[in-house]
Amino acid sequence: MKILVPVKRVVDYNVKVRVKADGSGVETAGVKMSMNPFDEIGVEEAVRLKEKGVATEIIAVSMGVPQCSETIRTALAMGADRGILVETDVELQPLAVAKLLKAIADKEQPKLIILGKQAIDDDMSATGQMLAALLGWPQGTFASKITIEGDGITVTREVDGGLETVALTLPAIVTTDLRLNEPRYASLPNIMRARKKPIDNVKPADLGVDPAPRLTTLKVAEPPKRKAGVKVGSVAELVAKLRTEAKVI
Amino acid sequence: MTALVLLEFDASGIKQPSRSAVAAAAKLGEVHALVAGSGVDAAAQAAAKLPGVAKVLTADAPALDHLLAEPTAALLIALAPNYDHLLAATTAVGKNIMPRVAALLDVQPISDIADVLDADTFIRPIYAGNGMATVKSSDGKKVITVRAASFDPVAAEGGSAPVEAVSIPDLPAMSRFISAELSKSERPELTAARVVISGGRGMQAGDNFKLLEPIADKLGAAVGASRAAVDAGFVPNDYQVGQTGKIVAPELYIAVGISGAIQHLAGMKDSKVIVAINKDEEAPIFQVADYGLVADLFAALPELAKELERS
Repeated sequence: MKILVPVKRVVDYNVKVRVKADGSGVETAGVKMSMNPFDEIGVEEAVRLKEKGVATEIIAVSMGVPQCSETIRTALAMGADRGILVETDVELQPLAVAKLLKAIADKEQPKLIILGKQAIDDDMSATGQMLAALLGWPQGTFASKITIEGDGITVTREVDGGLETVALTLPAIVTTDLRLNEPRYASLPNIMRARKKPIDNVKPADLGVDPAPRLTTLKVAEPPKRKAGVKVGSVAELVAKLRTEAKVI
Repeated sequence: MTALVLLEFDASGIKQPSRSAVAAAAKLGEVHALVAGSGVDAAAQAAAKLPGVAKVLTADAPALDHLLAEPTAALLIALAPNYDHLLAATTAVGKNIMPRVAALLDVQPISDIADVLDADTFIRPIYAGNGMATVKSSDGKKVITVRAASFDPVAAEGGSAPVEAVSIPDLPAMSRFISAELSKSERPELTAARVVISGGRGMQAGDNFKLLEPIADKLGAAVGASRAAVDAGFVPNDYQVGQTGKIVAPELYIAVGISGAIQHLAGMKDSKVIVAINKDEEAPIFQVADYGLVADLFAALPELAKELERS
């Protein structure tokens, strides 16, 4: 079976993001970019399925500026077989991404698409569910465990009070949560090998999709800052302050 | 303008995050509430009592039990023509269903709103809450999830809305509920608790979370954890407070052995009073804490439990 793994290029999770002074967005110039951590988990899961003989081919897809091909290379170094870059300067929002992915899925006919549960830049947590809707496929979101048997996939989901397990018919969408796996580091030989793997370059128009955003960002502001309070010297002083000053206990 | 809110409920009534979603919807216009599932009469009665709800819609069908995304989205699509705004709380259920609804309506969802400016314009956090984006939607219908911590929930009692059953559309059967393993706890839910006490990597082992329990019992607190503690396998993922876990805003948040990564602060910095206990006085958590105690948690926690006993 073929697996599609969309991977997003985002500001690295270790970077302290700063809002631009003019309120137009956040500072991304000269900032380290990496693969969205939840997408790494998706690539890892696909590679494990290939190692188990369940998957036959893994296609990594990224979208946006030309540098997104670096994110695809990372996926190829982890074990994906080939890449597709949808190149555009347009700000892509989840609806457009889902439409572009649908067009690719229509062509590639994967049985399974594994996405990250959310991107750590826009924190939308939407693309996987939207792609499932557009394809008319079932969805197993926030997955901590998946098992494929025959035409079905069982997905254990992280929900608010614990875990929920659902059975879906394939083809299906899975979105990854933290504990699905621990992504591997690509080895040097695999990084070298990844350079030779093919990446197709397409444009949204080639896929028949208008990627225009539907949400306009009017401004981005710093969140209200909390001021550091006081240090207390002992547990007794802490409890006293909580009782008489903060009055919360 | 009329808004439809998908409610979540359990045996004790309408869940608090859903009551916050009703509060957000009330800023947009008339509010209708939807209770869907199998055997929803009690939930419908509870929904009818929510102040600000003008009408309760019920959809009672076995296929809607557990609010699986595929059938629940199909139901919302059938109801969508009557509404300008479709809302749910930003919970595992809301996040699962609402983007699916949005895609079927060809609209871009507006996730996790923290404020309503007008019918088209909302404020939502990006980059783990390091930026607050004001976004304006050009879509005809708005599909929204609501950050519960940002809206005071409507009360559980006080209203008396009429209840009306809706006709159930064809529901897709491509997914099936198998089982749920819900954490059994006598404690309040993290997102609804008045007090939350969380442990981090400094707890060193899952067993040591027992040290938080007498304190949680005394304060009626929910127990949470940082992502580091979850990653280390100390506690299950549903304890996680942070960007990729739960967002909480209790009256009192006690962070124990938590350094205060951006990721974690994103989930708790709207708490009213923050207490940090950490042996590293340079830990970033102290920069947001109202009360900081630099101490070894293994000494401080038993002492805190004892101190709370003396009232």
